[in-house]
Amino acid sequence: MATTYEPIATTTLASTAATYTFSSIPATYTDLVMVATLSSSGTTYSGIRFNGDTASNYSLTDIYGTGTGAVSSRQANITGGGSGDTSGTGTVLIYQINNYSNTTTYKTTISRNGSPSTNAVASACLWRSTAAINSVTIYTGTADSWAVGSTFTLYGIKAA
Amino acid sequence: MSPILGARGGLAASAYGFTSSVAAGDYQSISTVTVGSGGAASVTFSSIPGTYKHLQIRGIMRSSRATFGNGGSNYQFNGDTGNNYSWHSINGDGSSATARNATTTYRIATNSNAESGASANTFGTIVFDILDYANTNKYKTTRALAGVDINGTVAGYGGIIELVSGNWRSTSAITSITIAADNPNYVQYTSFALYGIK
Repeated sequence: MATTYEPIATTTLASTAATYTFSSIPATYTDLVMVATLSSSGTTYSGIRFNGDTASNYSLTDIYGTGTGAVSSRQANITGGGSGDTSGTGTVLIYQINNYSNTTTYKTTISRNGSPSTNAVASACLWRSTAAINSVTIYTGTADSWAVGSTFTLYGIKAA
Repeated sequence: MSPILGARGGLAASAYGFTSSVAAGDYQSISTVTVGSGGAASVTFSSIPGTYKHLQIRGIMRSSRATFGNGGSNYQFNGDTGNNYSWHSINGDGSSATARNATTTYRIATNSNAESGASANTFGTIVFDILDYANTNKYKTTRALAGVDINGTVAGYGGIIELVSGNWRSTSAITSITIAADNPNYVQYTSFALYGIK
């Protein structure tokens, strides 16, 4: 049986960084899964962009729990998708990017982010483009950076 | 239960703080259904082999109800349309976080299809897990993460992000899964892929 869920690329930060990009993503899978383990000494709000697009072609709906309540927010026409507050040590961030290489539909991602020191977040993000995704950029969205040892891994899933 | 918790580039699962391990090839594609130009009220995966431990469905969805921006998909097993299901969800609609549930109902409901009120080409997406689906000694439990965003609102409805748990009160092994649009049809390019996890 062919492997249908396999790693495409992974990195562990050897120096602090405020952005990380997976580039030259092959179109040979059906879905992508991006997994990051993040640490920061300051405040980071992790965002996501595709194919280097920094225009206002993104929007999101999210829900997050802060420990004292649960709230939801919406943003339209923004310059990147988002997954909320990833501040602190040991945040796990997972993006599901389904049907990323089709050239017919806009791309919708769903993500979950668990930050032990701040909150739990789930988010749906829309990128209004029918282009196949060939690069994924994760960025902090603040002046702070991720710490050495933070990891980023991209997986591909191939359907029958 | 995701295999991403298992092996990764030669690192053991324990390197990520997880204790399970999944070898390459233990996550397998079973079948994919993509809706054609005529649309479809539902899609069905049938003759599902009992040789896996868990199932996962990954999809993108858009349904044909006019005006609204988002709508529902209903999950049923083995053709059972009786009131043998229950579900709970927590969801954010961009304005507030709410919880919903239904007991003694005919479906496990999710609510993340894009609908015709949303911009063309906008689809919702879902990852739906069915745990221990072939076990004949217990009822079946599901979980899902699903969402759609439509860049604002349509007729007062915006996007939604939801976490859903479901239960089918049957000890039968699941051999078929039907996914139906709540209102009324899936449109072209809606696609669901079924995977088995050993």
